[in-house]
Amino acid sequence: MSISHDAHTVKQFDIQLANLRNLVLEMGGLVEDQIKNAVKSLDDEDLTLAREVISRDQIINGLQVKVDEDSITLIALRQPVGSDLRLIMSLSKAVTDLERIGDEAEKIARMTIKTYDAVSSPPSAKLLRDVKPMAKLAADMLHACLDALARLDVEMAVDVARGDDNLDQEFQSALRRLITYMMEDPRTIGHAINVLFIIKALERIGDHAKNIAEYIIYLVKGKDVRHVSMDVLEKDAMAAE
Amino acid sequence: MNTMTIEARVPLDGALNPNAREVPLSSTQITDYDHRQTVGKITVDNPKMLCREVNVYYSEKHALRQVSLDIGANEVIAFIGPSGCGKSTFLRCLNRMNDTIASCRITGQIQLDGDNIYDKNIDVVQLRARVGMVFQKPNPFPKSIYENVAYGPRIHGMVNGKAELDELVQASLERAGLIKEVEKRMDEPGTSLSGGQQQRLCIARAIAVNPEVILMDEPCSALDPIATAKIEELIDELRENYTLVIVTHSMQQAARVSQRTAYFHLGDLIEIGETDQIFTNPKHKLTEDYITGRFG
Repeated sequence: MSISHDAHTVKQFDIQLANLRNLVLEMGGLVEDQIKNAVKSLDDEDLTLAREVISRDQIINGLQVKVDEDSITLIALRQPVGSDLRLIMSLSKAVTDLERIGDEAEKIARMTIKTYDAVSSPPSAKLLRDVKPMAKLAADMLHACLDALARLDVEMAVDVARGDDNLDQEFQSALRRLITYMMEDPRTIGHAINVLFIIKALERIGDHAKNIAEYIIYLVKGKDVRHVSMDVLEKDAMAAE
Repeated sequence: MNTMTIEARVPLDGALNPNAREVPLSSTQITDYDHRQTVGKITVDNPKMLCREVNVYYSEKHALRQVSLDIGANEVIAFIGPSGCGKSTFLRCLNRMNDTIASCRITGQIQLDGDNIYDKNIDVVQLRARVGMVFQKPNPFPKSIYENVAYGPRIHGMVNGKAELDELVQASLERAGLIKEVEKRMDEPGTSLSGGQQQRLCIARAIAVNPEVILMDEPCSALDPIATAKIEELIDELRENYTLVIVTHSMQQAARVSQRTAYFHLGDLIEIGETDQIFTNPKHKLTEDYITGRFG
């Protein structure tokens, strides 16, 4: 194992690294809320909440910029190596994915507003029936990967990566159902397309969570597991040094 | 031990998020390694020097323990580690500089191109011509720039006549990247040069006797960043013709100039590996702690 949790001789460096990690986790927590609220706004037909989600995306964007600034400062001033460097690089990459997840949540909120615009009749419940279970899967993946990041827990990160296949399959079957509805009743097409955007956004959230899980494996194990099969990922993640 | 949780510094729209996590800094248990067991591949495909189970004792003190390591031809290998870790001691074994210390005892094997350099029949003067050394503090002889470089070839009887010697001095200074700065002042004393120039003069002096291996003991620690950059550039160029072993306290320097890095700790060779691996993903916790500044 090549990751060290001992304190640096320069205490200020520890504080800066901990700050950076906390900032990312804070951002992660906000992003989780955004997903929940976006899906809730759809569920409750709550347009006020949807608008709130859209406006709060700015905070997440601001945090991304802040984390990147802090990362660059740390690299310039401390010349981190080893696990410190891997930590900073992984956090800096993770915020990009978190920011994109935030964008997906915003997309869902926008679709909520579009769906319940009061001009057309609301969609039938069966069109929306895949959203909730998929949203739960996506939110759970994000939650688990943020926990894994907080604890540097590789096993948990592997679980997250594995979970992405589930979400992808859910997306595929939801898509098939939507197509069926659209063929059965072309009047549903307008709403079905909105729902399609929503489930696509949820599917993307899973992809981003998987990316973050891969950075965690890199951070802890020093092995780059992007673009490898699940088998190789598991092997690398579980390999003893 | 370090379960510090630092609040985020950015005001986050009122109250802190309920999903915020605490960050336990010490959450994974680290299993330590046997200190004596070097981590990493000690051998190379084309070794120039071969060291096996080298032990060094200063009187009763066991300064270097069971160090086995190949030094590859035309590579720059860096030795890093905290003070007293044995890196300089090991470096000095490579051209028998430790012979001058009466209390010093060395066991094990060190070969240069297959010959045991501690063999009775080895001519130490010849050995040191083949394995040259550049020291921490530039130490030009109190002679002219020309004489500093000409001294070695002359005592080793490497040249016939003044013209040949001139040519060799010229070539050595050129290789050391110093010729432009000194060609008009060859008769001035070596000590009149700046620190960085003096160090390059010492490198020119070392390469004038046509060595195969050049040992450098903290060659830049007395130099400013620009002079350091010039030496580092020179080290990279010298690699084409020589094998270089460099001891440095500057980890950034080791990272910049070397292809392989060896980490020493309290007389043990802890880890050896490709430099990029050592600095991005060291395998041993002691290496990690040292390079990331967690030591002690």
